[in-house]
Amino acid sequence: MTHRHDRLLHVAALARVEGEGAMRVRVTGDTVTEVQLDIYEPPRFFEALLRGRGHTEPPDITSRICGICPVAYQMSACAAIEDACGITVDSGIQDLRRLLYCGEWISSHALHIYLLHAPDFLGYSGAVDMARDQRPVVERGLRLKQAGNMIMERLGGRAIHPVNVRIGGFHRLPTRTELDSLVAPLTRALDDALDTVTMAAGFDFPEYECRHEWLALVDPRQRYPIDGGVPHTSQGSFPLREYTSHVVEHQVSHSTALHARLADGSRPLTGPLARYALNHDRLSPLARQTARSAGLDSVCRNPFRSIIVRAVETVYAVEEALRIIASYEPPPRPAVPVPPVAAIGYGATEAPRGVLFHSYTLDDSGTVLAANIVPPTAQNQTAMEHDLRGFVQDHLTLDDHSLTHACEQAIRNYDPCISCSTHFLDLTVERG
Amino acid sequence: MKTSLAVWKFASCDGCQLTLLDCEDELLPLTERITIAHFLEADSSTVEGPYDVSLVEGSVTTEADVARIGRIRENSKVLVSIGACATAGGVQALRNLGDINEFASIVYARPDYIDTLATSTPIASHVEVDYELHGCPIDKGQLLEFLGALLTGRKPRLPAHSVCFECKASGTTCLMVAEGRPCLGPVTRAGCGAICPRYSRGCFGCFGPAPGANTPALRHQLTQLGMPAVHQDRVLRTFTPEAYDDAST
Repeated sequence: MTHRHDRLLHVAALARVEGEGAMRVRVTGDTVTEVQLDIYEPPRFFEALLRGRGHTEPPDITSRICGICPVAYQMSACAAIEDACGITVDSGIQDLRRLLYCGEWISSHALHIYLLHAPDFLGYSGAVDMARDQRPVVERGLRLKQAGNMIMERLGGRAIHPVNVRIGGFHRLPTRTELDSLVAPLTRALDDALDTVTMAAGFDFPEYECRHEWLALVDPRQRYPIDGGVPHTSQGSFPLREYTSHVVEHQVSHSTALHARLADGSRPLTGPLARYALNHDRLSPLARQTARSAGLDSVCRNPFRSIIVRAVETVYAVEEALRIIASYEPPPRPAVPVPPVAAIGYGATEAPRGVLFHSYTLDDSGTVLAANIVPPTAQNQTAMEHDLRGFVQDHLTLDDHSLTHACEQAIRNYDPCISCSTHFLDLTVERG
Repeated sequence: MKTSLAVWKFASCDGCQLTLLDCEDELLPLTERITIAHFLEADSSTVEGPYDVSLVEGSVTTEADVARIGRIRENSKVLVSIGACATAGGVQALRNLGDINEFASIVYARPDYIDTLATSTPIASHVEVDYELHGCPIDKGQLLEFLGALLTGRKPRLPAHSVCFECKASGTTCLMVAEGRPCLGPVTRAGCGAICPRYSRGCFGCFGPAPGANTPALRHQLTQLGMPAVHQDRVLRTFTPEAYDDAST
């Protein structure tokens, strides 16, 4: 190590994340004195532009916040507006929503595992570079991602910004043939997902333990949380309508994304580690057994190992999709009518990166008077900054190049979706 | 010599560049013909320009991005804007019809920390663009057709007709004629494969106006179907907020 007093590391653009941002770490002597995650993604003002729109519009408009998890936005928006209007959808519609969401989980997790994160562990700059030596591995990842996308294409019309979702349900119900056509690719995807867990479990993980407060939904239907649930931390649950009093956002000067703290001042962590910690007993027997074989206990506090949890969740999502397809009974109608009511509604679902909260204030004609959207990456920003501080502090002996690379990897653990939180990362480590 | 490809992002959701990664079956074969020289979402190594082809996603919304798109243009032999944001300003161009200060004050407690232009503008408003792929998001099939054409040196087939043609070609029953339901298909650019009507939904215009779109005539028809003008304004001003206004004047 270089014990020089002033150190400055700089990565102008952190790659393999979704969106744009920068990272600044200042090290003075042997102490990390400053860590800033600067999300410089230009703001797109979604909450403002939703004002004056009709209550049927937020699912389509908010899906454009993120091309990687549009279903999450559609589902949270539907949940919030249906809550405002006092509507509960038919159980068959709920199952189809969960199926669509499984498609997004499979696709998004496979994208993150194979294209964004695994190259870090295997020493490649990206999946194309990796494919030169390990083509079957990359092909497996792409095939898994494709299986997820096929669900979204059949049921949603297309994989990015699906068109078939509406408040109350769907525009058109899938035919039995459309759903059955998914069984063969999903059956293959289950093998691919199991192999993915084995691959991820074999990576070398840096030693690091995070101490953040878990934040995830717990589904009262005793299922692993995807399409809804009650917000929980390890302290207990709180009502969804009180979300923003428990998860408090504040603005910092260095980022266009808002930061969040829990009301008691602790740092929330949402996403795979939190979901797993609060819900691992609700995984399917196969997914639980896979997690155990991969060396996961009931709680995993090493964010670098989140790639294993994502792989386990992918196994679950593939199985769940197959289960929903096998037991699917078409609902009586594609959508339940949702007449507008002057009210405030709240909705939250588990985006692949964590809890995505929406609330809408409607007038009696259904016009949106106010919208509030709290995306996972914004909630995780404080925890990400904290991990970087801790990780850099523990690894000051690394040279600048290795430390910078490790920081990028630490950020990628979170699969930060920066387009969501306002979206790309740019890394500076200053040793000053 | 392989063709070098760069992918750039401005204000956007990443969906259009994700479309390239969504070419699961074609991605690795493509890389036998194309060097991905700069694509930060997919690869942390970058090669200095100039680039044979640049795909640009997103709209221009900051002073820094005005300068950045100029540098990208200088470094690119062929520049292609991809998606509704890059070709028409995108959903964030709704600010162009409102007041940016009000928008900022609704979202941020300290709007003064936020660096943004009052407008969201397409790439072609700033630099010369060689081709445009429309859509929110762009269509995967069209992207592959486009890249295939560039690689073989032929002119890409980019549709200049309306969604109605694609509906007819796929044998989808016309929702507007058969069921009296509003649909923007007659004035919207083809390219998506007329997905929405196949899902029993009227086209909502995410590919923007077709060349020569007769929007006033469609408005008349929508009025006949009982759609209030305010709803017509909303549906025409969503993903390409100003484009239909321009098309009909």
